[in-house]
Amino acid sequence: MMDTKRTTFQNKWLPYVLLAPQLFITLIFFIWPAGQAVKSSFEREDPFGFSTVFVGLQHYARLMQDPNYLDSFLRTAVFAVAVTVISMLLGLLFAVAVDRLMRSARVYTTLLVWPYAVAPVVAGVLWFFLFNSSTGILPYYLSFFGIKWDHNLNGTHAMILIIIAAAWKQISYNFLFFLAGLQSVPHTLMEAAAIDGSGPIKRFFDISLPLLSPTTFFLFIVNVNYTMFDTFSIVDATTNGGPAQSTNILVYKVYQDGYLGLNLGSSSAQSVLLMLIVIVLIFVQFRFVERRVQY
Amino acid sequence: MASIDIESVGKVYTGNVRAVTDINLAIKDGEFIVLVGPSGCGKSTLLRMLAGLETISEGAVKIGARVVNQVEPADRDIAMVFQNYALYPHMTVRQNLEYGLKNRKTPKAEIDARVAEAARMLEITQYLDRKPRALSGGQRQRVAMGRAIVRKPSVFLFDEPLSNLDAKLRVSMRGEIKRLQRRLGTTSIYVTHDQLEAMTLADRLVVLNGGKIEQVGSPLEVYHTPASTFVASFIGSPAMNLVKAECQGDKLVIGPAMISLNGYAPTSGAVTVGMRAEDLRVVTGDKGMPFAVEYVEELGSQRLVHGVVGDQSLTIALSGETEIPANMRIDIDPAKLHFFAQADGKRISAADRSGAAADAPSPAPVA
Amino acid sequence: MVENRPFLTFLTHAFLLCGFVVVAFPVYVAIIASTHDAQTLMSTTMPLLPGSHFIENYRTIFTSASAANGLPAYPLMAMNSMIMAIVITIGKIVISILSAFAIVYFRFRFRQLAFWIIFITLMLPVEVRIMPTYKIVADLGMLNSWAGLIIPLVASATATFLFRQFFMTVPEEMMEAARVDGAGPMKFFKDILLPLSRTNIAALCVILFIYGWVQYLWPMLVTTDPSYYTLMMGMKRMVAVQDGEVQWNLVMAASVLAMLPPVAIVIFMQRLFIRGLTETEK
Repeated sequence: MMDTKRTTFQNKWLPYVLLAPQLFITLIFFIWPAGQAVKSSFEREDPFGFSTVFVGLQHYARLMQDPNYLDSFLRTAVFAVAVTVISMLLGLLFAVAVDRLMRSARVYTTLLVWPYAVAPVVAGVLWFFLFNSSTGILPYYLSFFGIKWDHNLNGTHAMILIIIAAAWKQISYNFLFFLAGLQSVPHTLMEAAAIDGSGPIKRFFDISLPLLSPTTFFLFIVNVNYTMFDTFSIVDATTNGGPAQSTNILVYKVYQDGYLGLNLGSSSAQSVLLMLIVIVLIFVQFRFVERRVQY
Repeated sequence: MASIDIESVGKVYTGNVRAVTDINLAIKDGEFIVLVGPSGCGKSTLLRMLAGLETISEGAVKIGARVVNQVEPADRDIAMVFQNYALYPHMTVRQNLEYGLKNRKTPKAEIDARVAEAARMLEITQYLDRKPRALSGGQRQRVAMGRAIVRKPSVFLFDEPLSNLDAKLRVSMRGEIKRLQRRLGTTSIYVTHDQLEAMTLADRLVVLNGGKIEQVGSPLEVYHTPASTFVASFIGSPAMNLVKAECQGDKLVIGPAMISLNGYAPTSGAVTVGMRAEDLRVVTGDKGMPFAVEYVEELGSQRLVHGVVGDQSLTIALSGETEIPANMRIDIDPAKLHFFAQADGKRISAADRSGAAADAPSPAPVA
Repeated sequence: MVENRPFLTFLTHAFLLCGFVVVAFPVYVAIIASTHDAQTLMSTTMPLLPGSHFIENYRTIFTSASAANGLPAYPLMAMNSMIMAIVITIGKIVISILSAFAIVYFRFRFRQLAFWIIFITLMLPVEVRIMPTYKIVADLGMLNSWAGLIIPLVASATATFLFRQFFMTVPEEMMEAARVDGAGPMKFFKDILLPLSRTNIAALCVILFIYGWVQYLWPMLVTTDPSYYTLMMGMKRMVAVQDGEVQWNLVMAASVLAMLPPVAIVIFMQRLFIRGLTETEK
């Protein structure tokens, strides 16, 4: 990861100049704020911001005892797993189907990739509209099954709404990576298996799926990362964390408590916990990328 | 044009990894020097130090009268041909040739004239407006040469320039490089691991092993009087036979066999003896050494007979028609034996073989 | 395909077409809704065939809808979104390619440290450091400014790593040949490295444009002045009307318009898009 070229340019100051913009921005807008978050997660500010006291792990201890926070943790986990599983499964199915087709593969790829480009806010608004209890088309169909849909009042409905919106946007991403993975399975391997008498479905489970395991693992991490952080705007555009905190996932709660609730200490402690989660995810991802080279 | 002086040059990489040790070499103006050796012997490192692409850890390199240790590659008045050609893929052939000259602020008319001349010389004029990817391997090689030529440098540096070509093209490009160098008279240093390429191109060969010079000399000097078992086994094909033997007075004992040295014994005791495959002859009667044939390689003009004397493997080169008798015996003119110390592999040139080195180069019987 | 199984192929096509219908359904409904008047959408079940208010709705979006929702004029928001996406794209590419060049082609003190500092940005998405970053921007007086909107977003570890990875595959001899040809570092960068990176830059442009276009949280935090509003913020405001009914026909028209540029880019530059996506995530 740290190699340079065999020969390098000899210049005392130029590399620093080249790196300066990136490093300045990173230090000022990433590392310094992160440090501040860590610092203020150990402090309490008086209501007027005149003085701060060091309170140690108090904010963290409170969070750990706060049923709201633990609840939010759980909801985030449900949300992340549901979105990841749904979008990966559909992405895989589409990829397998497209991979089977030769001539029309490109056309189908085009038909399936564009949701990636839809902004999360827009995705949220679209599904919000579809599920809108008074005028939406889906509640109308659901009523035939005796389901009275109302995501403004029913927490489960609200959670399903954001899960669908978030998964819908992510299918194309998973589809593309699975397709790339499938297309890199050597053709001769498939032919050899066919000669050995295994049909398409058996081949998929015996050969494609095991060879896709690095891609699957990689996508799992990326998807969890996506659902934990990039779905902020979906929540903000649809449920605002409600009803009754039922869709208040961790990132949204940081924002609510800090930016709207102005509870700086608690919000900072939440930020720090979230950072730890990302660090673990990134760490796993990169450890794994190193391993993937050997496959 | 320039001479090059390499004085006590060494290269140590970070982490104390030593690549090159104490190289001393005086290269005359216009000379064609080939650095040859197995991979990892330091030949490329040495060349790259001359080019200025590697820093010189020890010693000094002079091009002309100037010490160039601290001089940028572009200011050393050299041009380099790389193994993978390193043509700029997004530029046309013409732009590739012009690039170095433009960077030097050469006047436009001059650039055009030089490019035209080099293109004519290398017969690539019709490709000048193509991109490198539209050229064959041989044509790319010519463009790489052209890029060196247009610069009119004092020194050409070649880093295994032919190793990416197929065998046939390699032979013809080899001839072309030699012809071009003769015509331009530019001092050239050429790195290769191919001993045949080295032999055919060089005015002088520099055989390197483990970062040190094993021997410097003309191709025939190196071929006929290798300075060590390493050189003996590296230069020439098939490789020189090296067997363990013992000098007992005027007799050389090789396992169960014994041959007379006719006063050529340079030393006594255990030695490594070198015999060129083509110097060994088939003899009749009970002279020479018994040779048990294992297999024969037919090369058309030659037959390479592999077998053993005692428990030591030998290869003999015979002319294509020679019959191979059932109980074969072989012999060699003692004057054509090479003696090496068993301890360090260095050549033993005895005082009693006065002028042996001078009169040694006798034409090889079969080529 | 290894063997020919017409029925399975038929099933595959059927499955994919169904998949497409499901995936495209929300957008289809959005387009249909944008052709009806508000009354139709409110009073009956959502129709699935186009209505007759297409031109009217989109005209309203461009003219009076913004003011009715307390938003700046639509063209201004569209322009803001465009500026944001383009400047972020260019900024990220310039900053990243220069960093990668420094890291790959130079050896210098603190190189390792610089690399790790850049790497850390991966671990700190805006969402987790909202408050302190907002505070910094406020302290620097960059709230309600283009600088505050854009500069904190242009650092990019992924783009830097992409370029680094690409530079490592450029043959060593390319730079050595250029040096022998008398090119200094910046000349080599401009004459050789930049042209060689063209495809990578283009692929990255596609991805980064989308990234910039869909930005939501950050603009919402640092701009309270409506003249900096982007389409994404406009969307949200139109849905979150305090009192009265949401004008879904207009919201859907706005959604369709907001989707158009990035979706068009993905469809028409599919190859670059796929390349950019799969390369940046390595």
